[in-house]
Amino acid sequence: MALIRDRKLAHDPWKLLDGAEGAQPSIPATGKVIVPLAAWKASREQLLSRADGVGVWLSAPDDPADIAADLGHLQVVAVHFASFNDGRGYSTARLLRERYGWRGELRATGDVLRDQLFYLARCGFDAFDLREGEDVDAALRAFGDFSEAYQASVDRPLPLFRRREARSVRTT
Amino acid sequence: MYIYDEIDQRLVDERVAQFRDQTRRFLAGKLTEDQFRPLRLRNGLYIQRYAPMLRIAVPYGILASRQLRVLAHITRTYDRGSGHFSTRQNLQLNWPRLEDVPEILAKLAKVQMHAIQTSGNCVRNITSDHFAGIAPDEIVDPLVWCEIVRQWSTFHPEFSYLPRKFKIAISGSVHDRTAVQLHDIGLQAVRDAAGEIGFRVLVGGGMGRTPMLGSVIREFLPWPHLLTYLEAILRVYNRYGRRDNIWKARIKILVKDRTPEGFRDEVEAEWAQIRDGASTLTQAEVERIAGRFTRPAYEKLDELASSYVLALGRDRRFAAWARRNVHAHKVGGYAAVTLSLKRTGVPPGDATADQMDAVADLADRYSFGELRVTHEQNLLLADVRQSDLYAIWQEAQALGLATPNVGTITNIISCPGGDFCSLANAKSIPVAEAIQRRFDDLDYVYDIGELDLNISGCMNSCGHHHIGHIGILGVDKQGAEFYQISIGGAQGNDASLGKVIGPSVSQEEVPDVVEKLIDVYLAHRDSELERFIEVVRRIGIEPFKEHVYGTHQGSKARARPVEVA
Repeated sequence: MALIRDRKLAHDPWKLLDGAEGAQPSIPATGKVIVPLAAWKASREQLLSRADGVGVWLSAPDDPADIAADLGHLQVVAVHFASFNDGRGYSTARLLRERYGWRGELRATGDVLRDQLFYLARCGFDAFDLREGEDVDAALRAFGDFSEAYQASVDRPLPLFRRREARSVRTT
Repeated sequence: MYIYDEIDQRLVDERVAQFRDQTRRFLAGKLTEDQFRPLRLRNGLYIQRYAPMLRIAVPYGILASRQLRVLAHITRTYDRGSGHFSTRQNLQLNWPRLEDVPEILAKLAKVQMHAIQTSGNCVRNITSDHFAGIAPDEIVDPLVWCEIVRQWSTFHPEFSYLPRKFKIAISGSVHDRTAVQLHDIGLQAVRDAAGEIGFRVLVGGGMGRTPMLGSVIREFLPWPHLLTYLEAILRVYNRYGRRDNIWKARIKILVKDRTPEGFRDEVEAEWAQIRDGASTLTQAEVERIAGRFTRPAYEKLDELASSYVLALGRDRRFAAWARRNVHAHKVGGYAAVTLSLKRTGVPPGDATADQMDAVADLADRYSFGELRVTHEQNLLLADVRQSDLYAIWQEAQALGLATPNVGTITNIISCPGGDFCSLANAKSIPVAEAIQRRFDDLDYVYDIGELDLNISGCMNSCGHHHIGHIGILGVDKQGAEFYQISIGGAQGNDASLGKVIGPSVSQEEVPDVVEKLIDVYLAHRDSELERFIEVVRRIGIEPFKEHVYGTHQGSKARARPVEVA
């Protein structure tokens, strides 16, 4: 799988641990791991004592408020898209960035496709674990699908109308 | 109408390029059907029974003549010469080729049009009052607010993969003509005691399989907070709306599950976090948007044109048309005119490319080069001089657009139904035509008076049968097409949902049933002033039921069990 980070193909040192159906994944003794929220809650102290760093991944129904207080201990937060059609992760991302102040890597995993990258990036994702088979060059072009946007979001904290107003003040 | 600036234009152009690339990749086998489907839907493209259907956005129903000419050109070049104006004020084409759609969108973009978000699980075209800006009962002109919400909802990054489609209507008049109670969000523009504009906010209305009237969750939202409040509603819905069952995914189900009060509390809690943020609207932005709308340069005319009054007295047929198809205007000497798309024998809402061109000419000559699409599937010239009405009537007659039936039983609102739509259980168009033929005596139609008759070919309710005074719904019974009849539905301030009168009937029986319903109404009304809907509300559905099915419900051979999944 290819990882795009900061709009470049990137090396991925992280291992994403599966936690299907709430089963606790076995956590390897060493290495950088991203664990499901349930595993984080169950083994928080143990995970905090690791030397190699830890991240948490959230599924669509997970509430980012559950890790808000722990963000200072994490190196990466991932949001998993079981299907690209499930848009809950977009709200999760904005909440992590805008409400809980997450500044570190925010990664989209799962059914991550070229045609959703523009919106995902707008909502604050900066790393994309592309689904198997996705064309990396095509994916990199997706960030330029649109050159402007009306709404305020993570990438443009001011909506277009406020940026227009600022511009017209500057030019007059 | 709203005129794009450079950025509005650039975004629409970039959308065309994006969809061109997506279509190319799909045709090259690089996108699966499952991956391509939501992308094409967000550009209005369905795969239908015989061919793709393309739904072109007509934002809040307003068109310029140059845009209508391009629609005519597209209809002629890429379709079979006829388009369908829908209840959501859009235009649907039933025969374009998938390969041609990027080119069609490029031609639309050249006249500031698009098909963005006319389908898919996202915020759809904003609908409004077709009398916006001209209605004598208007409190607030809704058009500026419609455009502000259009821009906010266009390519919204957080709300582009909602649990289900999302429809917003904005009304600004005393009498609601937008069905605000039947939208995912209905915004009723009002003024407070100080004269400041705000919105009464309704959520959770809708038709479909589980029809519901919306609940007011805020009596007065001051206008600067419009976008942050919408954002709070959409965020609660995006996070908590059901995604496990397509039939329970609309926001109305979430509102019902949480109770309107519980839902309101969640929205208010979310809003408390984002209110007064950067998306809070400014006076400067509202003025900027308002300034990009063209406004008719009205002449100073007599309140009532004498030539119009004389013509009304001279020509009985003209007077009949004017009574039904001419509407009051807030500016003296002007009127609005419905160009009817309800001629018997033509599917309701359909117009040919030649008619579109001709209407564009009428708009240029008589109505400041603009026109509107109504949710009743007609076209409207909004700003005509009363002194031109007689000439317009004569021209409209020659074009087949002067059927004098607005507000009557033959002004049938109907979806395209099973003739075109792959979702439909049953055909709609032949049913509409059979009813129009049964009620072909205009004097009889006028005697029946005001009556909304709506037909939907399936539970998706595109023909809004739930709010027809008489509603007809196509149902599937072991592969056969049947029709369920309801009465008592209504749009407007006292909106209500129709009640099913009994077992469904065959296609041939529908005109008989409608006629029996009318018989009961005529026998029970206390005067010509008491409308059909009022009689239904006064006497209930029992007398209608008895007359249609016989005295004992179910005793007639005709009675069959209702079957709707």
